[in-house]
Amino acid sequence: MKALLLALTFLSLTACDGGLWNDPYPAADEGKSILYTAFTERPKHLDPAQAYSENEYEFLALIYSPPLQYHYLKRPYQLVPLAASEMPRVMYLDQQHRLLPEKAAPGRIAFSVYEIHLKPNMRYQPHPAFVPGNDMLKPGGLRGVYGLNDFPETGTRTVTAADYVYQIKRLVHPQLHTPIAGVMSEYIVGLKEYAATLQDAAKAHPDDFLDLNRYPLPGVEVVNGTTYRITIHGKYPQFAYWLAMPFFSPMPQEVERFYAQPGMRERNLSLDWWPVGSGPYYLSENEPNRRMVLARNPYYDSENYPGEGGQGDAQAGLLSDAGKPLPLIDRIVFSLEKETIPYWNKFLQGYYDASGISSDSFDQAVQVSVNGEANVSDVMKAQGITLSTSVSTSTFYTGFNWLDPVVGGSSERTRKLRRAIAIAVDFEEFISIFANGRGIVAQSPIPPGIFGYREGCAGINTYVYDCVKGKPERKPIAEARRLLAEAGYPGGVDARTRQPLVIHLDTTAGGVGNKSRLDWIRKQFDKIGVQLDVRSTDYNRFQDKLRRGDTQMYYFGWNADYPDPENFLFLLNGPQAKASKGGENASNYENPEFDRLFEQMKNMDNSPERQAIIDRMLEILRRDSPWLWGYHPKNYVLQHQWLHNIKPNIMANNKLKYWRVDPTLRDRLRREWNQPVRWPLWLGVGGVLLFGLWMWRALRKREEAR
Amino acid sequence: MIAYLFRRILYAVPILIGVNLLTFALFFVVNTPDDMARMQLGIKRVTPESISKWKQQHGYDKPLLINSTASGKDKLTDTIFWQKSASMFVFDFGYSDDGRSISREIVTRMGPSLSIALPTFFVGLLVYVSFALLMTLFRATVLDVAGVALCVVLMSISTLFYIIGGQFLVSKLWHLVPISGYAGGLDSFKFVVLPIVIGVMGGVGSSSRWYRTIFLEEIGKDYVRTARAKGLSELRVLFTHVLKNAMIPILTGVVVVIPLLFLGSLLTESFFGIPGLGSYTIDAINAQDFSIVRAMVFLGSVLYIVGLILTDLSYTVVDPRVRLA
Repeated sequence: MKALLLALTFLSLTACDGGLWNDPYPAADEGKSILYTAFTERPKHLDPAQAYSENEYEFLALIYSPPLQYHYLKRPYQLVPLAASEMPRVMYLDQQHRLLPEKAAPGRIAFSVYEIHLKPNMRYQPHPAFVPGNDMLKPGGLRGVYGLNDFPETGTRTVTAADYVYQIKRLVHPQLHTPIAGVMSEYIVGLKEYAATLQDAAKAHPDDFLDLNRYPLPGVEVVNGTTYRITIHGKYPQFAYWLAMPFFSPMPQEVERFYAQPGMRERNLSLDWWPVGSGPYYLSENEPNRRMVLARNPYYDSENYPGEGGQGDAQAGLLSDAGKPLPLIDRIVFSLEKETIPYWNKFLQGYYDASGISSDSFDQAVQVSVNGEANVSDVMKAQGITLSTSVSTSTFYTGFNWLDPVVGGSSERTRKLRRAIAIAVDFEEFISIFANGRGIVAQSPIPPGIFGYREGCAGINTYVYDCVKGKPERKPIAEARRLLAEAGYPGGVDARTRQPLVIHLDTTAGGVGNKSRLDWIRKQFDKIGVQLDVRSTDYNRFQDKLRRGDTQMYYFGWNADYPDPENFLFLLNGPQAKASKGGENASNYENPEFDRLFEQMKNMDNSPERQAIIDRMLEILRRDSPWLWGYHPKNYVLQHQWLHNIKPNIMANNKLKYWRVDPTLRDRLRREWNQPVRWPLWLGVGGVLLFGLWMWRALRKREEAR
Repeated sequence: MIAYLFRRILYAVPILIGVNLLTFALFFVVNTPDDMARMQLGIKRVTPESISKWKQQHGYDKPLLINSTASGKDKLTDTIFWQKSASMFVFDFGYSDDGRSISREIVTRMGPSLSIALPTFFVGLLVYVSFALLMTLFRATVLDVAGVALCVVLMSISTLFYIIGGQFLVSKLWHLVPISGYAGGLDSFKFVVLPIVIGVMGGVGSSSRWYRTIFLEEIGKDYVRTARAKGLSELRVLFTHVLKNAMIPILTGVVVVIPLLFLGSLLTESFFGIPGLGSYTIDAINAQDFSIVRAMVFLGSVLYIVGLILTDLSYTVVDPRVRLA
């Protein structure tokens, strides 16, 4: 009883610090310009040479400043300078290093030189590595140091072109695993040889710090303090997109030296854990089991909110902060939320400023009108919550293995079989049932918003859909049965062997949670009398099967690296076949005409000619049908009324720097929504007291009766 | 006693080697070093070269158990098993596959786990024993029957229900504590109070019934009849005689779990956002991080052995007849 009263008193006292009882944040943070958001899985890497996942870029894109970035407001997605003072100047050279005109035929271009001019006086975040002498600490110099905050002093310095060059060299550092090392080695002049040089140097002196500056890389050159050049083989316009990724951020060498000192690793002090950048924020707290905090980089003053946007942006209030220095929020608190229920409820209580929508909460949050338009529900409207939607630049598809004798290959028989299946599997229904309508059916690998995608009837896959009143209408199932019969399987039975046709689908989905999905897909095949055998397997086995080309059908997805059709169409490029060449073409699809057009298209600038080639490529793909094109998911994001400047941008990972919060409104509404209900506490105390009293009397009665 | 302890510690060595070997075998039956590399390197643009580089850097490029190409003792020591296991016997857990110090991670996560596990354990024990004594005191009355029925009902409800229901009622509807999260020091109170209450509630049914059975068994013994015949009150009989004599079966189940409290609770920590050790092993299994898995299994085994030894020691405290030799 005493303990209960003590607990109640303590609860009351802790609630008297001015904060709300259920407020998960310190009362001292009230009224401050802080954005509260969540993450579900801790990032594996924060070293810009190693990180590649979306959840890693969520942090890194705000910490580092690569030369370029995506315009926050303009659509279609457009690259603009970030650390660069202007867009890179590209010079084309022939084999003899003679300058070629800008419009030179790609075949003549042997080298492209990107000259990048940086903004002057950009500075790094405060960090102990910039304090002179901290890169050569004396033995015992780390006594009492458990985190970066334990260093008594921090410093900064100006960003130089040499830092950008140093980071490019790090892409092939023998102790780092850079996912794009292979791709970049094909393009950046001398990078492949440089990797071998570093490997040898590391082997010769395994215990020494590997000083990359001792080894020159011919493809990169420091021109002066704020200018550098990158030379790549041939013409590769997509290279500019890579320059917008953290792989090409600046890296001061003293930081690497600082972290390489003895004792740092034991304290979890590494570049992979404590990044050092020159972006709008720096990582001030890194407890990925609980929360990660980004604080405003006090030395960041090189960027303002954009002054122009897309159509309707001014009316939507997205330009009201035009010209203001970025970032607009002082601190971003990312809390770990592994479960969707607490995340969702905290959003509703106002403790998260924005939230996605899980399937469990979809009906509570969103109502879809008769014409298919999604809006927030009345309950959400009453709270002032608004919804933003966008189609993501990714695709979920079901592939056929081109090497499989039953479903693969370019014969007319297998083509018809694949088309019959494509008609039968109703992805409109799938999206409606399993994605709450959050997706659009794919007509090809290219999602909307990417060059090459066509709206309306021109963009319809005519092998599966008819165009009715400008919209795609799936062909009747009778058409699928007809194609199946022509393929030699009338009614789903092999006309030669009289055996039912059984097709195997490999997927990582399994268990009770995915049963309904798997039942649904079996039902789709049942419509044409084909039996589907779903082989659920763990991720490793699944990958292994794909590598060996040992599947018949498989379920997979792709998220764009950059908004260019090349980044989707290469998934079906013959030389990228997974089984024979270890590439990303998991279907092992091969069509010489498609491959020829791909080579032609990939290095072209966006133009009507490029569009015409893409149209031809898509026609080949639709005819061959190596994938069931599946769907492109739609992102739904809810935000509270105190959050401003929200415009979905799938490509920009640094969008939080444009957001603004109104903390006064947030605090007022949080108070309104979260007043503690005290009666259950008193009821509980009363109940316990009454029960105690009753028991005491009963005991006394008993003792008296003895 | 010293000889007994020494003997038990010696017994622990082959047990720990066996556990280690079993963990190793089970892990590598399911995963290959290539799988582990792929899991760490991600999905996109992973080349065979990067896989072999990862394996080499993390020491997974060696044979698993026997190195037939080596000579002498290197046949055994130049293997993944030896390299990853030997250091653990001096509690050097090394680094996880993503380069973090495992010992440091364990130390950091242990505090939040204990901040829930210890109060849940002690408050729970107090509540369960008190409730069981209450039912014993009022045995064969309406209160006893209602108590047993309540225990059965509470036992039948999943812990997940308590968690979600508790969060819904206490945090969402009544706004009394945060739904999830954690803070250090005194600020942690408002974050841990609900998980503790739910943790205690979740165990009321099974534990109280179990203790009630123990007490009822004791209460029929001759020494209790003698105590009553001496005119002692029922409360005194229960608290000074029955409780004391029922300690051996209670301790058997209780002391052994004390060291394991360090390892936290997966479900509670996950739903309440407590940054403890509960999810560390599960996350490591999902990430195929063998370094963490073998360290946590080893630590769990050591703590369990410590728990068993402590249980034996506790017998000597509550029952003077017990001698450890």
